[in-house]
Amino acid sequence: MKIKLYDIAHSRAGDKGNTLTLSLIPYKSEYYPILCNQVTVDSVKQHLKDIVSGEIIRYELPNLPALHFVCKQALLGGVTTSLAVDTHGKSLSFALLEMEIEVNL
Amino acid sequence: MKHKIRIGCGAGFSGDRLEPALILAEKGDLDYLVLECLAERTIALAQKRKLQDATKGYDPLLERRMHSLLPLIRKNNIRLITNMGAANPVAAAETICQIARQLHLDIIVAAVTGDDVLPLLSGTENSIETGEPLHTSGKLISANAYLGADALLPALATDAHIIITGRVADPSLFVAPLVHSFGWSLDDTERIGQATVIGHLMECAGQLTGGYFADPGKKDIPDFANLGHPFVDVWEDGTAIFSKVPGTGGTITLATVKEQLLYEVMDPSQYFTPDLVADFTGVHLTQTGTNQIQVVGGKGQQKPETLKVSVGYAAGFIGEGEISYAGSNALQRAQLAGETIRQRLSSSFSDIRIDYIGSTSVHRTSFGHHPEPYEIRLRVAAKASTSTQAALVGEEVEALYTNGPAGGGGARKYIHEVVGIVSTLIPRTQVQSTISLYQA
Repeated sequence: MKIKLYDIAHSRAGDKGNTLTLSLIPYKSEYYPILCNQVTVDSVKQHLKDIVSGEIIRYELPNLPALHFVCKQALLGGVTTSLAVDTHGKSLSFALLEMEIEVNL
Repeated sequence: MKHKIRIGCGAGFSGDRLEPALILAEKGDLDYLVLECLAERTIALAQKRKLQDATKGYDPLLERRMHSLLPLIRKNNIRLITNMGAANPVAAAETICQIARQLHLDIIVAAVTGDDVLPLLSGTENSIETGEPLHTSGKLISANAYLGADALLPALATDAHIIITGRVADPSLFVAPLVHSFGWSLDDTERIGQATVIGHLMECAGQLTGGYFADPGKKDIPDFANLGHPFVDVWEDGTAIFSKVPGTGGTITLATVKEQLLYEVMDPSQYFTPDLVADFTGVHLTQTGTNQIQVVGGKGQQKPETLKVSVGYAAGFIGEGEISYAGSNALQRAQLAGETIRQRLSSSFSDIRIDYIGSTSVHRTSFGHHPEPYEIRLRVAAKASTSTQAALVGEEVEALYTNGPAGGGGARKYIHEVVGIVSTLIPRTQVQSTISLYQA
């Protein structure tokens, strides 16, 4: 079945200049392998194509467990000079959580 | 030498709430209270205030915070560490002394300076972000190097009750009292790595205790309105337990701590600070009680030979205008208004942003989700080189009252002066920090 990431994980966005960072933390550690398999650089790039125009890097943190995405050229120039409504991109954690994945729960 | 110390974080940004810091100072049984009040943008704005008035340029809330906090930190023998000095730590120290005299309190304040490196830059240094020389961004307003824990240690070695700084790396505000209290070596990458993890978790205050976390029905937070800020108990071996004052709102769980651990981090195995390059990949979290999380396993590698410098430049102005449409066909009327404004302004501005707030303004997409909104707020923004030009944006939006689609209401207009931020690197050896003491 298809579910949203929102159903099994939470996220916080951060900003460094024009770069957006997004953590992705499963509520239960047994979901971590599902996230590793399905929330890939390519699938996130496709999902956030209207927002992120630069490179996306994924970091795996099995110690937490969590995934972490660093998205370049994502904030219309960055917090002080952007013309956007949300200049930090702080709300973008919930954009990531809108992504759908296929699971057998 | 103590075997355990307790540090509280009373503020995670300049505009943070005051009450949680007062509760920490009153009931937290703290050794140190840290107030982290300086963002990249804040210090450039503070530099502008200092240019207008040499006695200003420190945090705008300094007087209010100190009036309430000074009696409590003296009564409970707490040392206060804060970067509220912003562009002018010396003026901040003198202001704190004035307040202490009014309150009949004996206070020694140590001001840490040396982060202001604008005179050391020629403008030909390359920006980290663009690779271009700094001066191509615009007229440089400020340049502040991120000082490390080493800049705070001489101040901690004095009898100062308050240590006030300008630009210091946020985690270093916590690393310094740990190093001072336990006599750790700044070259001990394991201890300093763990101290940096502790500092990074603490620096945003309420974000660790459930602030910026709540999502009703999914991530519920008890007594949210009375959210408490965190404190951390740290032992000599670096073991840390994070908690909050009993009776305050909020929560500390594995989930809140994980969100904060990764917040604003680029590569989690290489988190650059002036103290070292920290590695979060071995961090291990354990829930040890209600609202109690133990954190171990921070480590790191040798400190970098360069310090990051945050450079502020004059980036002109942004003009904004807003107006609302509601009821049947609201989005279509707002879109007609937006396209009309675009036509009227396009010859004066190269970059115009039109947002339909309530539809796609925040994420620039709605992922195919298109319910008909009952109301829409049109927002227009554009960059300009002068404030007069920026004002045109709001003027055209306001003119929609008699020259636009039907039923527009609640027009507002704004002009912002923009300080842009870029970064560069400077050899560590060129940056000299000093301390000066002030007494009330």
